[in-house]
Amino acid sequence: MELLSGADMLIRALQDEGVEYIYGYPGGAALHIYDALFRQDKVKHILVRHEQAAVHMADGYARATGKPGTVLVTSGPGATNTITGIATAFMDSIPMVVLCGQVASTLIGEDAFQETDMIGVSRPVVKHNMSVRRPQDIPETIRKAYYIASTGRPGPVVVDIPKDMTSPNERYEYSYPKKVKLRSYNPAVRGHAGQIKKAVDMLLAAKRPVIYAGGGVILGKASDQLTELTRRLGYPITNTLMGIGCYPATDKQHLGWLGMHGTYEANMAMHHSDLILAVGARFDDRVTNATEKFCPGARIIHIDIDPASISKTVEADVPIVGPVDAVLKEMLSLVRESKARPDAEALAAWWKQIEEWRAFHGMRYETSPDVIKPQEVIELLWKLTNGDAYVASDVGQHQMFAAQYYKFDKPNRWINSGGLGTMGFGLPAAMGVKLTHPDAEVLCITGEGSIQMNIQELSTCKQYNLPVKIINLNNQALGMVKQWQDMNYESRHSQSYMESLPDFIKLAEAYGHVGIRIDRKEDLEPKLREALAMKDRLVFVDVYVDRFEHVYPMQVARGAMKDMWLSKTERV
Amino acid sequence: MRRIISVLLENEPGALSRVVGLFSQRNYNIETLTVAPTEDETLSRLTVTTRGSDRVIEQITKQLNKLIEVVKLVDLTEGAHIERELMLVKLKATGSQRAEIKRTVDIFRGQIVDVTSSVYTVQLTGDSEKLDGFIQAVGTSGVLEVVRTGVSGIARGEKVLSL
Repeated sequence: MELLSGADMLIRALQDEGVEYIYGYPGGAALHIYDALFRQDKVKHILVRHEQAAVHMADGYARATGKPGTVLVTSGPGATNTITGIATAFMDSIPMVVLCGQVASTLIGEDAFQETDMIGVSRPVVKHNMSVRRPQDIPETIRKAYYIASTGRPGPVVVDIPKDMTSPNERYEYSYPKKVKLRSYNPAVRGHAGQIKKAVDMLLAAKRPVIYAGGGVILGKASDQLTELTRRLGYPITNTLMGIGCYPATDKQHLGWLGMHGTYEANMAMHHSDLILAVGARFDDRVTNATEKFCPGARIIHIDIDPASISKTVEADVPIVGPVDAVLKEMLSLVRESKARPDAEALAAWWKQIEEWRAFHGMRYETSPDVIKPQEVIELLWKLTNGDAYVASDVGQHQMFAAQYYKFDKPNRWINSGGLGTMGFGLPAAMGVKLTHPDAEVLCITGEGSIQMNIQELSTCKQYNLPVKIINLNNQALGMVKQWQDMNYESRHSQSYMESLPDFIKLAEAYGHVGIRIDRKEDLEPKLREALAMKDRLVFVDVYVDRFEHVYPMQVARGAMKDMWLSKTERV
Repeated sequence: MRRIISVLLENEPGALSRVVGLFSQRNYNIETLTVAPTEDETLSRLTVTTRGSDRVIEQITKQLNKLIEVVKLVDLTEGAHIERELMLVKLKATGSQRAEIKRTVDIFRGQIVDVTSSVYTVQLTGDSEKLDGFIQAVGTSGVLEVVRTGVSGIARGEKVLSL
């Protein structure tokens, strides 16, 4: 058997795990590992400009491909800089392995240079974390890390590696474990048959059903099963921000997404439904509004791989713990076999009501002859990219507009920080997507606040030739903060105005990219076309949009699903 | 309602901090916590007493189960069970107090395990209420120091918590 150093074992294990890319940044405690990386060419390393961006890149890669991302950083500041990225992945259940250097085991606890207790610091925001205590454990630790990260409810796993574990002076027999078994970790592989049967009976007997799908459908690769079940039943479907793309947005059964900035028809249908089929969604506060007023007439079937997500905020009547794809498949075959059929009359009446709601608001917004509306930029992008782009978004108003007006028909295309709401996520996430899908159109929709939180990555884009298209919806303010201040603080714009914005065009050019400014409405379409036509260049499109626009619909705080602002003056 | 949750945990460094961290992170309260290795040296047994509505307790057990190092757990308060806690109390014991304390210790079936001319150290085992009762009986003014182990528990009858 081959003898390898700890560092070589680590890299070999990553190769055996099928890792294509590592996103990272070197430093003292990780240097043995970086040396091992240098002496091979199977795993490609992408050097970012800030460790947080490495994690978002790995995250973007994972969201677009469904495979776990990999990050490598050094100890201390290298490790702590990853925390926001890890927390982002944790909140959205994104599979990821973060390898952190650590000071030598002999120095741990002595406040050595660049020492941080990364196991302690990361504990609340990881699915699991592990420290390497013996070099010979490295292959098994790596296997376990990927296994835990990518099975059950996925999530980030941190592996802390003291420098002496990777020393080139000691060599060990290497073998990569084929399987890993953990007696304390056995995610469900199928749902409870009795519960599934009960759920199907309830589904078929419903008068005003609605399907509410979440990010779990995308993570669980169950879009096909969900789409088939939904079409067979003919029921309306809505999804969460994280579930965007799990069902084609342009399909007539789709009501758009629900919750705080969801569509009028989705929120109304939820509130008035008599049965909710929740699939891979977690009833979070941005969806339910006040839980005590949540959907008073609805019985709830809840499918989730994570038992802790069930009845956490809203009590489920029929809980089903299991992988969404397997459960939906079983439901589908039961629906096929069943003699019962959905109540056609009740369903027709329900759809009639829903169509009235749809017509009532219809995601309208006021247009202006001379001011560019952020919504119209997104609608235009959707048209110009044939609705087929990968869209990575930052966090704020632009994120909501992008999610509302870009109609995603496929899963894994909408890449955003839904749970944690991390500004600065968009650009590095888009880079992670572009790297793995070089021929696809990859947009980063952002704002002048968010983009400045990871703008240094324009340099990484240059180094690795990542021609993403950055669409900066520039309203010269922290738009979402300002909107809340307008609505709740009598327009006292405390610290939400960004003075002295940089010249983004010059900035893009300084990094070796192309910058295009759009501030006249008539330039919008031709200049967007021009930007998208530059296939091999990163283009930073700085679009000056209406500074006073708000995102609507918006649920009224502490109200029910149905309580919404539809514009600055209309409240229902 | 007060609950006693018994957990079998991988006997690994950091596992305990994950359990404790979970409680503070999710705003659950810990009243008592005891932990020690079991006859199987790869496992620790941890007993935690906590309070909360049924919904909160359900979340606590689910969230605990999600921790990779938690192998098994049981809410002992769901069935018949035995709970015990050990307490050592240092009491001021001079003059006529000495006989009085001795009598109270006997009533509570405790033992005086250390004696000086002015102090008794008493050992007492029982459920938490009994230990509280003893402190009340001797009166807090005479109590110099109290140390309690926290609750340990086990199910009655054939039921066992093991792999």
